[in-house]
Amino acid sequence: MALIQLTTPLTDEVARSLHLGDTVEITGRLYTGRDAVHHRIHKGEKPPVDLRGGIIYHCGPVMVQESGRWVCRAAGPTTSSREEPYQWEVMRDHGIRGVIGKGGMGPKTLAGCKEYGCVYLHAIGGAAQVYAERITRVDGVDWMDLGSPEAIWHLWVERFPAIVTMDAHGRSLHKDLLETSTKAIQALQA
Amino acid sequence: MADAPLIASLLELIRRTSSELPADVQAKVASGAAVEEAGSNAAYAFQVVQDNITLACQKSSPLCQDTGSILVYVHTPVGYDQIAFHEAFIEAVKQATAKGFLRQNSVDSITGANSGNNVGPGTPDLHFHQWRKDHVEVVLMLKGGGCENVGATYTLPNPKLGGRDLAGVENAILDCVLQAQGQGCGPGILGVGIGGDRVSGMACAKTQFLRRLDDTNADPVLSDLEQRVVTKANQSGIGPMGFGGKTTLLGCKVGKLNRVPASFFVAISYMCWAFRRQGVDLRVDGSITRWIY
Repeated sequence: MALIQLTTPLTDEVARSLHLGDTVEITGRLYTGRDAVHHRIHKGEKPPVDLRGGIIYHCGPVMVQESGRWVCRAAGPTTSSREEPYQWEVMRDHGIRGVIGKGGMGPKTLAGCKEYGCVYLHAIGGAAQVYAERITRVDGVDWMDLGSPEAIWHLWVERFPAIVTMDAHGRSLHKDLLETSTKAIQALQA
Repeated sequence: MADAPLIASLLELIRRTSSELPADVQAKVASGAAVEEAGSNAAYAFQVVQDNITLACQKSSPLCQDTGSILVYVHTPVGYDQIAFHEAFIEAVKQATAKGFLRQNSVDSITGANSGNNVGPGTPDLHFHQWRKDHVEVVLMLKGGGCENVGATYTLPNPKLGGRDLAGVENAILDCVLQAQGQGCGPGILGVGIGGDRVSGMACAKTQFLRRLDDTNADPVLSDLEQRVVTKANQSGIGPMGFGGKTTLLGCKVGKLNRVPASFFVAISYMCWAFRRQGVDLRVDGSITRWIY
């Protein structure tokens, strides 16, 4: 399978060129945003950064300050399904083209990906060091009042790996697997 | 805070628990990786997991950024000062947070304010027991929120899952695996508590994680159930991270408690592959004599 190199910001055309199962590596800007950030944007607050063409990373990193600058000590993905009520709105209103997380998302997000030109990129949960290695700089932070794990961290990444598990063509690995595994488990139950 | 040797030992316990996956868990991860098809998404997931295990240990940094709930199981000799131990542990947690071995993970449930040092109502969570030995045993688990969220307590009978028997219990456990999909960072390990009440049942489920993954349940009925659950879950096709594949669970450990006639709970706690638990034996002076896992 070809490894596709992506550079931020992403265009609508690039987002729509990706398909379920593609493996990608991202170079450029990621903004972390998880539960509190999505809730706050949903309530109508303007994001402090320009998200157009951008990628949101569902991640609450471990950050420490060393000699006056932020250093990322660990940064794997967090569970994305908690943002299911909000993610499509962020696509519509703020033009994000990619979401990195784990565990997949539901029908609202899948429909949003198709309508607004966005993809869901799956990282491996728990693998915080593999991803921290790809973060070459921490350039800033916003909304620190939410606490460090919930803040918007401005990460610069080089060749950050992920797999497309929901594309802009209506396909979702998570939807498919829920269907097949439900049948399998029902057949296995005592 | 005079107990510097004890604080230093506890800080080292936290550092190691956060950054080094125990040998019994690593062995299960290796067995899982070996059965997945080359080039599959499942094989990719295992490769990243194994690279991460190596990196975290080398860099002495958290395996997972969610350093989770801090769960501590302590056995102390009769007459040992548990209050002083608690204070020393709190100090070690503050230091570990400042050093980045732990994420700032203690959040006020109403205001959303993060205490910034992992200390607050209910955090860290210490469980003390006395014993008639002359040393202190401390076991630490760091349990991330993603896997904690997919745990569940079932009550039997359940119209879809069955009655108050072994079949009902097994069906409830398999339903939990199905609902979890990849959201608990599988391949997972289940701790199950049958019976008790809503607190003691889940406590029983969680303490199953103190068992080594390669042990055998002394109760043959529960031992069979554990093996059956793993075999069936691994035929579900959910696979590591919910990517599809052959390894959905790395293990299942089941305990049972007596219940009142009216209740029948099946409490299930899901642990992610990043199963961070380690323990030490300490002399009463605070020095470490043995690593447990």
